[in-house]
Amino acid sequence: MKKHSMALAALFLAAPLWAKVQVVSSLQDFASIADSVGGDRVETSGLARGYQDPHFVDAKPSFILKLSRADLLIVAGLELEIGYLPPLIDQSRNDKIHPGNAGYLDASIGCDILQRPTTQVTRAMGDVHPYGNPHYWTDPDNGRVIARAIAAKLAELDPSGKAAYEKNLAAFEARLAEKEKEWNAKMAPYAGTKIVTFHDSWPNFAKHFKLAIVGHVEPKPGIPPTPSHTLEIINLIKAQNIPLIVIEPYFDSKTPKSIAAQTGATVLTLYPSVGGVPEIKDYFSLFDYDINAFVGAMKGKK
Amino acid sequence: MTIWKPIALSLGVFAATAQISRGQEATPPPQPTPVPTATAPEPTPAPPAPAAPAAQSQASNYFNPSISVIGNFLAVAGKNSVENLPNASLRESEVALQAIVDPYARADFFLSFSETSVEVEEGFLTFTSLPAGLLAKVGKMRVAFGKINTLHLHVLPWPDAPLPIVNLLGGEEGWKSTGVSIARLIPMPADIFSELTAQVFRGEAEGLFQARKRSDIAYNGHYRLFRDLSEATNLDLGFSYGAGPNATSSDETRRWTKLEAIDFMLRWKPLRTGNYRSASLRGELFRSRRDQPEDLGGKQTARGWYLSGEYQLAKRWFAGARIESSDHADDGSKRDTGQAVILTFWPSEFSQVRGELRRRRYAGGVTANEALLQLQFAIGAHGAHPF
Repeated sequence: MKKHSMALAALFLAAPLWAKVQVVSSLQDFASIADSVGGDRVETSGLARGYQDPHFVDAKPSFILKLSRADLLIVAGLELEIGYLPPLIDQSRNDKIHPGNAGYLDASIGCDILQRPTTQVTRAMGDVHPYGNPHYWTDPDNGRVIARAIAAKLAELDPSGKAAYEKNLAAFEARLAEKEKEWNAKMAPYAGTKIVTFHDSWPNFAKHFKLAIVGHVEPKPGIPPTPSHTLEIINLIKAQNIPLIVIEPYFDSKTPKSIAAQTGATVLTLYPSVGGVPEIKDYFSLFDYDINAFVGAMKGKK
Repeated sequence: MTIWKPIALSLGVFAATAQISRGQEATPPPQPTPVPTATAPEPTPAPPAPAAPAAQSQASNYFNPSISVIGNFLAVAGKNSVENLPNASLRESEVALQAIVDPYARADFFLSFSETSVEVEEGFLTFTSLPAGLLAKVGKMRVAFGKINTLHLHVLPWPDAPLPIVNLLGGEEGWKSTGVSIARLIPMPADIFSELTAQVFRGEAEGLFQARKRSDIAYNGHYRLFRDLSEATNLDLGFSYGAGPNATSSDETRRWTKLEAIDFMLRWKPLRTGNYRSASLRGELFRSRRDQPEDLGGKQTARGWYLSGEYQLAKRWFAGARIESSDHADDGSKRDTGQAVILTFWPSEFSQVRGELRRRRYAGGVTANEALLQLQFAIGAHGAHPF
């Protein structure tokens, strides 16, 4: 009898080991932050891979299975996921993660969101995002806001872990503050550097690290490069002596490379998300990698 | 085919902030998520109405469904005495109205306008928060029979419906009907997605079933399996069985048409370069067994199939090919066959130009060579990409 109750007690104590909070995120970046903040009380997974265009994720039924088991769904919001996530949530049979319910967290809330349109937008402008630019997690200050929101949400869903989440959050913030000093110092010599990017994915990164984005290889968001616009960009780069053309891993580098060949600028692939290459294991190494790549590409440039 | 891309757009003159702040899913107003520790000054989500003068009307617009319109223009050249399509037509203007009803359900309406008439193509309520892993739909809907039949005309990879849909499912429009659908996930090992759908409809579907009495009912069952074979490759499989009373029934005798189908789709889309290069192969096999009186030839068994491939050449260009064959449902000895090649260009994700060269050989010896040119365009709320 006593043995039995011991076994039961053991089961109870062991329970948290199995009953981890299941966190699913549209992006690896939020999954990584949730990992840091949740520690061993959570199990996380991201839907889009770090080298995948986050606008064009397929609504695969295998994602429905993941969502059906989720306790918490973290999304970028600002309609970044509108092409695939709404029907997946509807089919998840998981009431918790529907927008407006406790298991749904829009990570953009409270973040510094840039380029919110102030006039009416139309699709003549290309793929404009009417809520503002959704690539906001590339500013580490937004990473802090996201981590706080995730910690608060986890404490709400799993009150017994509140202290653990607060502790993990404090550790995350301390590490972030320390890393930010390091990143800012590395980037300081390049303050004011003008760059051209392929797609308009980097305004938050540029704002934080004081870079000036002066043009895009795409004539309009989502519209592939055209000869006339490419010529304009070539002239712009020559006129302003722009050292770098930044592209994401999922864009075709043909046009950027040809521009580079004609202007002497360097094509630099920056990764917008965790997991883009194996070295980018978490939110911190995302900036480590991108900043080192940036500094490396700027060597020898004026 | 994932060309639609995340973005939303303003809906005409009312599209100020309040209108915009609802997406395709008509997401409820942003919940003031409890904001963590005190340090960060967090803006409280603003009330919906932004500007003072328009506030009233915008507030009343707030829960309006998201609206989109898809135009489908088709021009046809060549001679075809069997399927005599007009040389130019605005074949369909599909108006979609979609919103969340309440915490338990969402509603979707698809109104299909031809040049002269209008039809509710689909109009249903989906209960998204049922217990026991169930998902229920009630209303008029495209029947979950096979794969192509579940899709709207404008998301097909061709400008036309393949022969087995035309010959065995009642016409180009396929099988749609009014009733109830219940779907449940069936747990499987190895992260295989498996879903069983059971549907009961009024025994009436244009060109397919005809109800004479209230007790005349049509049924459909569908089992779908999906698995990621690798990060870039996945396989979709479906098995369907449907039955309903056909038009040769009399008051005394109910005569059934029984339908079976197997569908598959193999997709390849490398995640890193998937915006520029992808491919898919899909096919369906159908069998129809139609009970008919002896003077109409007795019981007819008809088979049909199609096989179609699509390859993405560049970000905005897709090439495809299709072969198809189908017996006639009411006369299994008559068979139509066809071949087609297709080229599609997407100027943006919201418009599409498609050309098809098609040869169809109809039973009775008629051969038709045709060129189809389709222009499709979407305005309004951004819909989810079909998968």
